[in-house]
Amino acid sequence: MAQKPKVAFYWCASCGGCEETVIDLDEKVLDVVAAVDIVFWPCAMDFKYSDIETMADGSIAVSFINGAIRTSEQEHVARLLRNKSALVVAFGDCAWMGGIPALANLKSKKGIFNRSYLESPTIVNPEKIVPLEKSVYKGTEVTLPKFYDTVYKLDDIMEVDYYLPGCPPTAKIVANALAAVVAGQLPERKSVLASDKSLCSSCSRNETKPDSVIIKEFKRIHQVIADPETCFLAQGIVCMGPSTRDGCDYPCIKGNMPCTGCFGPVAGADQGARMTAALGGVIESEEEADIERVVSGIPDPAGTFYRYGLSASLLGSKRKDKI
Amino acid sequence: MDDFNPAIIAFVCNWCSYAGADKAGGQKLPYPSNVKLIRVMCSGRVDPQFVMKAFREGADGVMVLGCHPGDCHYRNGNMKALRRFKLLERMLSQLGIEKERFKLDWVSAGESARFQELAKKMTDTIKKLGPLHLRGMVESEVA
Ligand code: SF4
Ligand code: SF4
Repeated sequence: MAQKPKVAFYWCASCGGCEETVIDLDEKVLDVVAAVDIVFWPCAMDFKYSDIETMADGSIAVSFINGAIRTSEQEHVARLLRNKSALVVAFGDCAWMGGIPALANLKSKKGIFNRSYLESPTIVNPEKIVPLEKSVYKGTEVTLPKFYDTVYKLDDIMEVDYYLPGCPPTAKIVANALAAVVAGQLPERKSVLASDKSLCSSCSRNETKPDSVIIKEFKRIHQVIADPETCFLAQGIVCMGPSTRDGCDYPCIKGNMPCTGCFGPVAGADQGARMTAALGGVIESEEEADIERVVSGIPDPAGTFYRYGLSASLLGSKRKDKI
Repeated sequence: MDDFNPAIIAFVCNWCSYAGADKAGGQKLPYPSNVKLIRVMCSGRVDPQFVMKAFREGADGVMVLGCHPGDCHYRNGNMKALRRFKLLERMLSQLGIEKERFKLDWVSAGESARFQELAKKMTDTIKKLGPLHLRGMVESEVA
């Protein structure tokens, strides 16, 4: 019998949702398991790093890595998998663009540590204990991975062959990607394995999308009862559709919630820049002070436009200095 | 920081601001060579992505100069720029780029002295702020 392709799954700074998607393949996951040989999947099965270390370079057909890179351990295992794998797929937004964890880049590491370990109202820490890379406990030195200043996307630290969008990727695009791997029919290297168009292009509300200035005020979704048929932008509700990649089959829109942008930017665009251009284009005002008022209706533009991809912003995490 | 020689990119519209800058040249009104002009047809053509890319590629400051309100050659491209850049300004400061590093303003074809003054002021402001370090994370928050 021909050898089955070896596949690895790994998680870095992530929530576990991407792993959940693999399970969400339902009975299809059994087809996957039958078609491939899973050599590493710490979330679901018992493996040790040494299992990978002893393998020959390039012997894993494909490693699916989810999660952003925030610690030295994550970087170490990701690089190890890179060496052992023919292909590395960044699985989901955190690996592709930093994801939700990358929002931490809007604050300093020190500020985050202070808040999380010292200042938060739910913290009782009179001895002011914070995690340290090295500490001594009962006479023994214990270590933790280094916690970097910045949340990186996977291709800030190493070569990545393909990207799967989504927070998490939908079962459909995961199944398509797996099928392409098994059949050896992957597109050009470095592709994002989804459509290049914008979500608006396939959205059922596209007919009512405004193409001129009509918005006098931005409203947040909890402040209104949204009409279930009309384009969210036409209702003054920020919808990330214009800057977001198509391919999710718009579950949020169907649920009468605006898109928050989880499929990342459309090909060639910066998600925040594109959104700034799109929203600027529909504000109805010519007075500077009034425009200020309207845009202040988006209290957190960076967090809204880069909710899933601050590390991929033009002003994002690409390493300017060595970790 | 006397030896700091900032790089400032100014996107200038063909019909007003470039003509204003050109006139400054014709009149031999000196302005700092730190300000590098990029001529575009209209300030409304300046995508926020151009501004972000300029910062990413090493600009310490970016200006967008267009026709005065009401004077746009294409009727309201400058207003479009105003709406977009008011939003971009909010986002830039969240990303650790001080708001003084970006400036949208108006210069007409005749306002050579105004162009000179804006270029000088921007250069002074950026010299005071120092070089822009983009590290992908915000070390300290800016207003
Ligand atoms: S902006 Fe949102 S609601 Fe409107 S067409 Fe695009 S995806 Fe659909
Ligand atoms: S509609 Fe937007 S947020 Fe919802 S799944 Fe699609 S891309 Fe993600």
